[in-house]
Amino acid sequence: MTFEPKIVGFLCNWCSYTGADLAGTSRIHYAPNVSVIRVMCSARIDPTFVLKALADGADGVLICGCHPGDCHYTEGNYKMMRRFPLLKKLLADYGIENDRVRLEWVSASEGQRFADVVNDMTERVRALGPSPVKMDLATDMAER
Amino acid sequence: MADKKLQLAIYWGAACGGCDVSILDTNEFILDVDKAADVRLWPIAADGKYADVEAMDDGELDVTIMSGGVRNSENEHIAKLLRQKSKIFVAYGSCAYMGGIPALANLVPRDEIFTRAYLDNPSIEPGNQTIPKPETKVNGYDLNIPDFYKRVYKLDQVIDVDYYVPGCPPQPDQCKAAILALVAALTGQADPPPKGAVVGAFERNLCDDCEREKSEKKISRFYRPWEIMQDPKQCLMEQGILCAGSATRSGCGVRCPNSGIPCRGCYGPAPNVLDQGAKLLSAVSSIIDSQDPAEIDEILETLPDFTSFANRYGVAASLLQRSHRQ
Amino acid sequence: MTRKISIDPITRLEGHGKIEIFLDDSGAVEDTFFQIPELRGFERFVVGRPIEELPRIVTRICGVCPASHHMASAKAVDGCFGGEVAPLAHKLRDMYYQAHFIHSHIAHFYALAAPDFVLGPDADPAIRNVLGVVHKVGLEIGGAVIKSRGQAQEIQRIIGGRNTQDIWCLPGGVAKGLKPEELEQIKPWVDELYDFTQFSLQLFRDVVLGNETYVDIIVNGPYTLDVHNMGLVDENNAPNFYDGKVRVVDFEGKEIFKYEPKDYAENVAEHVEEWSYLKFPYLKQRGWMGFVEGIDSSLYCATPLSRLNVADRMATPKAQEGFDEMFKTLGGHPCKALLANHWARLVEMVQNAETLKTYCNDPEITGEEVRVIPSKITGEGVGIVEAMRGTLTHHYNCDENGICTRANLIVGTTNNNAPIHMVTKKIASALIQPGKDPDQGILNMIEMGFRAFDPCYSCATHSLPGEMPLEVRVHRGGQVTHNFKRGC
Repeated sequence: MTFEPKIVGFLCNWCSYTGADLAGTSRIHYAPNVSVIRVMCSARIDPTFVLKALADGADGVLICGCHPGDCHYTEGNYKMMRRFPLLKKLLADYGIENDRVRLEWVSASEGQRFADVVNDMTERVRALGPSPVKMDLATDMAER
Repeated sequence: MADKKLQLAIYWGAACGGCDVSILDTNEFILDVDKAADVRLWPIAADGKYADVEAMDDGELDVTIMSGGVRNSENEHIAKLLRQKSKIFVAYGSCAYMGGIPALANLVPRDEIFTRAYLDNPSIEPGNQTIPKPETKVNGYDLNIPDFYKRVYKLDQVIDVDYYVPGCPPQPDQCKAAILALVAALTGQADPPPKGAVVGAFERNLCDDCEREKSEKKISRFYRPWEIMQDPKQCLMEQGILCAGSATRSGCGVRCPNSGIPCRGCYGPAPNVLDQGAKLLSAVSSIIDSQDPAEIDEILETLPDFTSFANRYGVAASLLQRSHRQ
Repeated sequence: MTRKISIDPITRLEGHGKIEIFLDDSGAVEDTFFQIPELRGFERFVVGRPIEELPRIVTRICGVCPASHHMASAKAVDGCFGGEVAPLAHKLRDMYYQAHFIHSHIAHFYALAAPDFVLGPDADPAIRNVLGVVHKVGLEIGGAVIKSRGQAQEIQRIIGGRNTQDIWCLPGGVAKGLKPEELEQIKPWVDELYDFTQFSLQLFRDVVLGNETYVDIIVNGPYTLDVHNMGLVDENNAPNFYDGKVRVVDFEGKEIFKYEPKDYAENVAEHVEEWSYLKFPYLKQRGWMGFVEGIDSSLYCATPLSRLNVADRMATPKAQEGFDEMFKTLGGHPCKALLANHWARLVEMVQNAETLKTYCNDPEITGEEVRVIPSKITGEGVGIVEAMRGTLTHHYNCDENGICTRANLIVGTTNNNAPIHMVTKKIASALIQPGKDPDQGILNMIEMGFRAFDPCYSCATHSLPGEMPLEVRVHRGGQVTHNFKRGC
């Protein structure tokens, strides 16, 4: 049985969600491992969402936003740009491997790019194996 | 309410005693507590022992106030015993509520704690490669000490907690307020707070009560507290000095920022916040004045070890709870 | 067949502890073990933290003497920055620290020690507590204890911004100074505190020294050990709680050595046993010899009595009078009577108050230059202070970015681990007679052994009615034949 990663994807409405839609309407085949949650802007992604996804069992988290300069709300993606490196440092200190959480800028016209990102991330997370977080926390409660 | 005094237990888990000190820092108020209550267990100050608690009926204690988290088997055992015998159980202080400073140990493997304490240490007796064990035999005598768990747990991860009093330690006037609220509830003079409530603190963040002047926050670098002479009147974050106040519940009196020292979050997260560190992360990144990834990285270099600020007092309460390094 | 008496938990000690007493067939004590069941791992989890954060993290080692850890840590951190510190900051820190010492000593003496002396070691357990003390000597005492302790805590808070979990020290100095109006607030309290120290000494004279039985227990009881003494001293070999060199003197009064903080690791090492989480420090150059007393022993105490034993004199005049009186009464200096720790505490309080007064009259104390910005990171520092219950050492290493790479702590109470273990056996052996079951008085007298070392949690301003809980189960032939309970 090959391990099938469960990846949660937060996509901003205006660029990256539209880009993902384009991949679909273009009938591009790509890995089905990302469960998409649409938000209006990548600025909406509270670091809490990423941590909660991991704690609840996600093997990876993908965040997509508009390219810098193209944000529908002008500056939203810069907020994500500032948050993300700090979040990665925190995750590293908690033992979450680098490839499990990823930020990509995907425009509305980049259907193929979206598919490529998903395929690439799925393989990287597959190589890492299931995320230990949920199992660890359950084990902590069951045994000391 | 007859002559029957309230039956009270005050206990500590993996604690430092500061919470017990905070109760005594209520000064004369402790005499009022003495008049109203029989303290059946309080190892730091009074009578009562484990056998006494074991002999009680379930629910015989009106209130247990427990500080400290769960680091070993004794902490867990007595927490469960007291829960069984108590009507109301209060998790008192940051350790009981969130794991506290000892929960920083959740970021390192258990083995390394032992290695650093007993083996790889400049002071250890040359040639002494001994590590303490839960069960040992010395000259035919059976000896035991508690099992040291692989991580720190906050109290509500091992028992059902009714109320939380935050702080490291809770400030004495808040301690007094919390005890008075409980007494009023137990004696029918007032409705009890909703179960699971945080008592002895406010429903707002430190910034709301901090006296410093706040204006626009845009910084081009962070400063460690010793790197500059700060302006005592201006918001610390605006000066580039990391302060956790924006992600921390108020109730402490803002003693630290008012004394020239940044907040480190001991009163825990604001209401409805799942992860105090995630909120602080958002706050800190939001004041970085840059739109260039390379520059952002450089600015973040001036803020080392953000992880230990994120959940300084609450690793056990954070969403990830501990390191998951395999 | 061996029988076991368990005393669990011990109360009024840092965290948790227990005593196991093993009896032989005749009912005589065969061996005892004093076990500490706690470990939290500070030495490991401070690694990786910015070094300037450590003074605010290590205070959580103990909530009764957090200022001790804060100061030792601050000094170790200063060392990591090349030792550049604003001179006024040292004065302010020392001033702050005197206030800390006072409220801690007040609490310990009145709540933990006074019941045994004022009411008697074998007095009815029901009254042998601070309320019994109050009834015996007057209702004003309780209020005066609370008030004095409160004043000293408040002095700390005014100077340093916060008491109980200190925040104040930074590399290069302290975060805030003392304003003139704050000094004016403090001054009358310092005078009152000085008066309270004199009152406390007089209480001790009237109640303890005036009673031959108590003096006999102190001087001739089994509460002695032939081990050495350690304490911080200044250049005149007077006690200094904040700074100085560590002096170790043998129990006959001869100096073994004196060392600078940076050399601690050459002079003190720690032994580990499997049956306790707490390590056992000893004099490194003599090697670990086991739990052995004697002039060649490598074991030492670090307590208020030890501090006065290693000192040639006190640093302030009225404290000197107290010092002279104490050792004259006890028959010489140094003194091995461990119960004299309670007296030593009161003498130290006088020096604390006199020192505070000197700082109050120092025209520079309200200056504004309380911190310098360090110009370099040198990577290593050792800070040693006297915690109320013994010499406290913090040793840190950091990298070129000031991130902690290593921490080694020898905590005040740890120094006394072996002596406490040994004296517990000595007292139990002396007092538990073969064929005679130990009674309530015996139980308390065993407790008085570890209590003399000033358990870290000396915060009980007002203990509540009752006594320390003890349960003694005596087994013979697999059956529980007697079950003595006290307070439980």
